[in-house]
Amino acid sequence: MLHNKEEIIDYKQKMDYLDHLEAEAIYILREVAGQFENPALLFSGGKDSITLVHLAKKAFRPGKFPFPLVHIDTGHNFPETIEFRDWLVEQLGEKLIVGLVQESIDQGKAVEQKGKSASRNALQTVTLLDTIEKYGFDACIGGARRDEEKARAKERIFSVRDEFGQWDPKRQRPELWNILNGKIHKGENVRVFPISNWTELDVWNYIKRENIALPSIYFSHERDVVLRNGQWMATAPFLHIDGEDIVEHKSVRFRTVGDMTCTAAVDSVATELDDIIAEIKASTVSERGARMDDKVSEAAMEERKKQGYF
Amino acid sequence: MNILKFITAGSVDDGKSTLIGRLLYDTNSILDDQLEAITKANRKNNDGTVDLAILTDGLKAEREQGITIDVAYKYFQTEKRKFIIADAPGHIQYTRNMVTGASNSELIIILIDARKGVIEQTKRHSFLAKLLSLKKVLVCVNKMDMVGFDPFVYEKIKADYLALAERLGLKNIDFIPVSALKGDNIVHHSERTPWYTGSSLLDYLETVNIENNKLQPWRLPVQWVVRPQTEDLHDYRGYAGRVLGDGLKTGEEVVVLPSGVRSKIESIELAEQQLDHAPNGQSIIVHLTDDIDISRGDILVSANQPALSERNFEANICWFDNKSLDTNQVYLLQNHSTLTKVKITEILYKFDVNTQAKQYDEDIRLNDIGKVGIKAADEVVFDLHQDFPENSQAILIDPRTNLTVGAVMIENVA
Repeated sequence: MLHNKEEIIDYKQKMDYLDHLEAEAIYILREVAGQFENPALLFSGGKDSITLVHLAKKAFRPGKFPFPLVHIDTGHNFPETIEFRDWLVEQLGEKLIVGLVQESIDQGKAVEQKGKSASRNALQTVTLLDTIEKYGFDACIGGARRDEEKARAKERIFSVRDEFGQWDPKRQRPELWNILNGKIHKGENVRVFPISNWTELDVWNYIKRENIALPSIYFSHERDVVLRNGQWMATAPFLHIDGEDIVEHKSVRFRTVGDMTCTAAVDSVATELDDIIAEIKASTVSERGARMDDKVSEAAMEERKKQGYF
Repeated sequence: MNILKFITAGSVDDGKSTLIGRLLYDTNSILDDQLEAITKANRKNNDGTVDLAILTDGLKAEREQGITIDVAYKYFQTEKRKFIIADAPGHIQYTRNMVTGASNSELIIILIDARKGVIEQTKRHSFLAKLLSLKKVLVCVNKMDMVGFDPFVYEKIKADYLALAERLGLKNIDFIPVSALKGDNIVHHSERTPWYTGSSLLDYLETVNIENNKLQPWRLPVQWVVRPQTEDLHDYRGYAGRVLGDGLKTGEEVVVLPSGVRSKIESIELAEQQLDHAPNGQSIIVHLTDDIDISRGDILVSANQPALSERNFEANICWFDNKSLDTNQVYLLQNHSTLTKVKITEILYKFDVNTQAKQYDEDIRLNDIGKVGIKAADEVVFDLHQDFPENSQAILIDPRTNLTVGAVMIENVA
């Protein structure tokens, strides 16, 4: 052996946890590139998909990404998110495809919900499945994590969907070691989750370490909000506000960023990443506690995933 | 801070869910809204007690039946380590799930009920730990409160287990007497076991070293070739992959398998930064000194200690499919980034997973474990399981259904 003893110690040092998570995610992204003909990266403008883009840079630069970014736009996004998305795509020099929920509504494929808690969150699935079919994507990379929700804790890294986009939790393929089986029949597609093993805190620590830019709404700012089911919702032209609602002006930030109609703000004065990390460490409520879409029932996420949600 | 991946083996009766729940609860990993959801669900079930098992039972069918069917991954973190728990069902009809969870773990916690001692299930789980070459075994003798924290009960179980381990050839074993329900020796050393001088479970998990001192020769399965083909990077050709084994360095001699072509490592890159060496598990890009034809599926290995490249070999196999193994059918063998057509030429023997006895059987069915002969259409690059487990592993795919039908560990060349 060529190695001396000092080197042995060096080589046997386990990687730092963020390095380990990063290396695993890069490995998964490269398996997608190698195993599929027409993959896509689902980009929501949230911190998890922004982290995925950063990881894709590490996996494929100085080459181009072997996939476009795909955004399913509900039309009810935070303007800050859309602004950020366009800035990021410009910086990257990669292709962006936008699927519009409004188009699905106009075509009569999706029906707008009515009433005070109306949201286009569920309608995204229709547009997502249409977009997958239109472009013939065989793999869609998403930023979901297993720590987010208990149905997600059971999902595979390569999660096979049938030709109707449905997830069948009882027929999942076992995933052994780091070997990912991406074999599918025509019409099926695979949802891929490279940051499955990351927690919310891991994502934030990584964002800090790598100095990753984020939309401004993740940091504390002042805005008008209304109280709905005990949660602060940002006011927006399409949010149904009536005489019963009291609009308040508060210092808030968003811990998770989805559609404006289903993402609640949290009271916060955190203006720096360090403040956010401290806030999360001290928090006694989970990230998805601010997601109205998970509160519908105990199996809300499982049911949506079965329908084709990511 | 690094990561420890472990699997908990046992059934609800052994207090497995209580143990996991206890670890999560005592490290403040369960948040208010999650606890609220648990409480709500229990009220719905008209149960009364807060059952932490519901935290890991993520699917509706599991909650309805009150059992764990699938593998769930749970996460918690202390100041010292990040932990990934594979929570798998312990019953014999879920052997495949346990094999899956164990394949993604470094350490296994085997739970033994202090009142029952070493039982059939303990033997089965220990056999799987040996089969999958887990690096460390931690035996938690649980429900010590039910036997009055009697040191003789603990010592007797320890002796029985060590006898079993010797028969199996299982090494690197530690023991802790605990009560998951009462919290004894979970986070803090318990005053009720003054005769036990070792660490609490959490201390143990935070500090246990699972690396051995044996240096493994490095291998780099090529996943993807990075070729920007732009004007300024016209000749750039980087081989992207994740390092297996220890100490890939610049300047080292390389053999490309299966072709056998030799070259040298010119440089190693991570995110467009140059590295001198890459540790086990790192995802990198390497450049070679010679311009040779390499693509996905090739594997770069240390020229000092190359891997095997063979068409005929024998392997232990765990069967996952409802349809039995068919020796007339063509399967796909996937190891790392390579897919090869194979046939199972013969079934050598099958293990009785409870007694570990080898017996001949012409059928390998769902959850069976046996040894088979395999013939591949092309050369497969691997190391033997006893030398280098990480490079002896593969899955079998049924090309008609595309399902993963078997886990393969290559034991010897035929």
